[in-house]
Amino acid sequence: MWPSIERAFREALPADTELAFCSLRVVESERDSVQIRQGVLEPMNRGVDRGGMVTVRHQGGYGYAATSELSLSGLRSAIRSASRWAQQTRATSVFDWNSFKQEAVRASYQSVVGQPWLGTSLQDRISLVQRAHAELVGASEIVDSRAGVSWQRDKMLQLSHDGGRIEQEFEFIAPDLSVVAHANGVTQTRSLGMVDRMRQGGLELLEDVRFWERAATLKQEVLELLKAPNCPSEAMDVVLMPDQMILQIHESIGHPLELDRILGDERNYAGTSFVTQEMFGSYQYGSPLLNVTFDPTVATEVASYATDDDGTLAQKEYVIQKGILQRPLGGAISQARAGMLGTANARASSWNRPPIDRMANLNLEVGDQSLSQLISAVERGILLKANCSWSIDDSRNKFQFGCEWGQLIENGKLRQVVRNPNYRGISATFWRNLTGVGDASTREVLGTPFCGKGEPNQAIRVGHASPACRFRGVDVFGGDA
Amino acid sequence: MKARFFELFELADAARQGKEILLANYTGEDSEFVRFNHGKVRQPGSVAQHALSLELIDGQRHASVDLSVSEHPEQGAELRAAVQSLREVLAFLPEDPHLLYSEEPCSSSVEAARAFPAGDELMLHIVRAATGLDLVGLLAAGEVSRGFANSLGQRNWFSRHTFNFDFSVYARGDRAVKSGYAGQRWDASVFEGIVQAARRDLILLEQPAKTIAPGDYDVYLAPPALQEIVDLLGWGGFSLKSHQTRQTPFLRMLTEGARLSSKLTLVEDTANGAGPGFQASGFIKPEQVTLIEAGELKGALASPRSAKEYGVVPNGASDQEIPAALHVHPGSLAVADVMQRLDRGLFINNLHYLNYSDRPSGRITGMTRFATLWVEGGRATSAVNVMRFDESLFRVLGENLVDLTREQAFRLASDTYGGRSTASVRLPGALIRGFRLTL
Repeated sequence: MWPSIERAFREALPADTELAFCSLRVVESERDSVQIRQGVLEPMNRGVDRGGMVTVRHQGGYGYAATSELSLSGLRSAIRSASRWAQQTRATSVFDWNSFKQEAVRASYQSVVGQPWLGTSLQDRISLVQRAHAELVGASEIVDSRAGVSWQRDKMLQLSHDGGRIEQEFEFIAPDLSVVAHANGVTQTRSLGMVDRMRQGGLELLEDVRFWERAATLKQEVLELLKAPNCPSEAMDVVLMPDQMILQIHESIGHPLELDRILGDERNYAGTSFVTQEMFGSYQYGSPLLNVTFDPTVATEVASYATDDDGTLAQKEYVIQKGILQRPLGGAISQARAGMLGTANARASSWNRPPIDRMANLNLEVGDQSLSQLISAVERGILLKANCSWSIDDSRNKFQFGCEWGQLIENGKLRQVVRNPNYRGISATFWRNLTGVGDASTREVLGTPFCGKGEPNQAIRVGHASPACRFRGVDVFGGDA
Repeated sequence: MKARFFELFELADAARQGKEILLANYTGEDSEFVRFNHGKVRQPGSVAQHALSLELIDGQRHASVDLSVSEHPEQGAELRAAVQSLREVLAFLPEDPHLLYSEEPCSSSVEAARAFPAGDELMLHIVRAATGLDLVGLLAAGEVSRGFANSLGQRNWFSRHTFNFDFSVYARGDRAVKSGYAGQRWDASVFEGIVQAARRDLILLEQPAKTIAPGDYDVYLAPPALQEIVDLLGWGGFSLKSHQTRQTPFLRMLTEGARLSSKLTLVEDTANGAGPGFQASGFIKPEQVTLIEAGELKGALASPRSAKEYGVVPNGASDQEIPAALHVHPGSLAVADVMQRLDRGLFINNLHYLNYSDRPSGRITGMTRFATLWVEGGRATSAVNVMRFDESLFRVLGENLVDLTREQAFRLASDTYGGRSTASVRLPGALIRGFRLTL
């Protein structure tokens, strides 16, 4: 498919290269899944979505046109449409596009896949999921159960008028488990969260995330939660496990550090940021234990890639080091607008949306504490896992998060399980109370396909690898009306 | 696109064999998107996307495939191959006890022509009107289409040209006037009036804001703020499956006979909404489905699949069982009397990022956003810095709901995830006492 599209694009370019910049980004996305709910195989649905976005920058203006017509005439039409937008915005753009220059890049990338989805028969895929579902059920209190595995393969080709060519192929596996129990007016859920075990690779990842073993654990835990008391309300230390850290990092570090938010692009939708450009290089974001990286090099993490969707080569960067804010999450265009260094994170959800600043892989680097060391230092506290509720203000400061599972810690020991644990805080101070960071034995590589942002809206995959972490003096409380 | 969709369906349907049934759904749009920041253009562009979903049914076995639609001459062959491929998959699938699709053909067609200028013209109009303003937002305009066809002869088509300019004008920091202009016919004088109103409302927001302590406050939730609450409730609240699996935030109403305020009536009002009147399995949506009547839980949105599973009649809901045309009935409070009735408290224009702090108990949390005003002696005196609330539905929409306004707002959804939404909501504002702010 690529050679014919590439020929058509080169031929469709205006012969006299009238345009200062013209690119084409094509995405072919295939998806499939097997889902079983309450013992019944859910409707089988697979799909192929294919299209391309032409981007034109010319005489200070900018425009894009997205189409699924990838023929010569389709691409000519898209170039005309994008050029018209560029012409109409020469004098009305928020940024003078004449000042933006980008080198043509040639690069490639391919996910490492051990056991390919397409190399496994449909019966075998169904069987894998049936085995997990069987672990979820078998108790009268269970009122809903779901097990599933989703697969997606995205092939991308980026071409630019000046010879740039980037070819990337990603393959993803997303296991999903959820079990709901109800008794005596109480409903409780245990799950793999917002599909937050998504990774690059093949079905070998199911072993990696202990898919079947986790299913059995989730069932046991949801039944335990049914009998557990409501979480108490008090200020205490918290130990957050990686499947809650994913959310804590995402909402109160990732989003506030996105440069397009800082530049105001998102103020009408996703929001602004309490972080300002002046803070980079000096602001104490967290305790000296806090080290956070933008890292597109972790082999199986969902947002590892060679270049972002604007064609910038990607590399690992510290965004927070020893607690000090270093650089924002901003792609080449945002960097040019702000006059500061950033990261290669201009990303689009697919061919029909333009790239904007996204988180990609944003990871909290490991420390030196085992889980038992993190817990043993707590006199009165709680261990929290599995996010189930998230809410934060539009400057990404005042947050309130909820978890499926809480377990009180008393004098360094895990004690009573509690249901409906929530906690609230303020980003600007919360991370300064980071008192312990888990070592590699506590780290998990997680990722979710559900990060929403942008106008027009885009839901995109983001990765977060994190160890367990301990925080001091957090406002914890339970549920119920 | 209508003719093309039905033509493609016929091509695919010709590949059907024996007693097989084929269902097809079409989703498409030709959109112009212009993103603004600081009163200027950030990202302008066009998106043409057209997708076809084919579902092959053989007895109680079925499977589906989604494809991009193009003018490619080999598209017909691609569709025939897709049907054959689905047939091969069916051989490996068990019978689906929850399969249900419409077997009584009922065709319909709703089409409306474009009645507003091209996107780039609207863009220049907006830039001129925004002179001197820190305006940020998105103009989404163009045609949105949905289609359904099946091999039983049913054909449905829905196509509408709309524009939706969703924007805010910033005063300072995080304080802004949130506004918008949406519809099918662009009236320059109406739009300029909306921008002028935003300029006027900025004046108070430009003054230093008041910080208030957590506690219980009397509040007025303007329609966009109340919409955030009903949107959250739409997430698992009205779904038959969530009722049956005991996950709905209305669980206490199901199991304990709890009630909301008798002033509250919520109806899925497809007849007066802005979207198609059919759903993906071919069922025609009833004109109205009452969900809550005078504070009492009356119904749920039942997709065909849930209906079959739980033994009820489907009522036109999508698989997600989310409202697409919710109508919150009005109350008796005149908007002109809101400030006087509130007297002292908060006028909340917008809420943000709501979620459940305990879903089965009906407890919700969220933030104020854009413009919350402190009201003293029936007069707005200053803006208020953002605050978090954490509340029970049974207080906010129950015992503490004083009244709803007589006047209602009709709001077209501005969501564009994957594509432009056709959902809408019609609702009043709400006067509430003792609204619990926590942070």
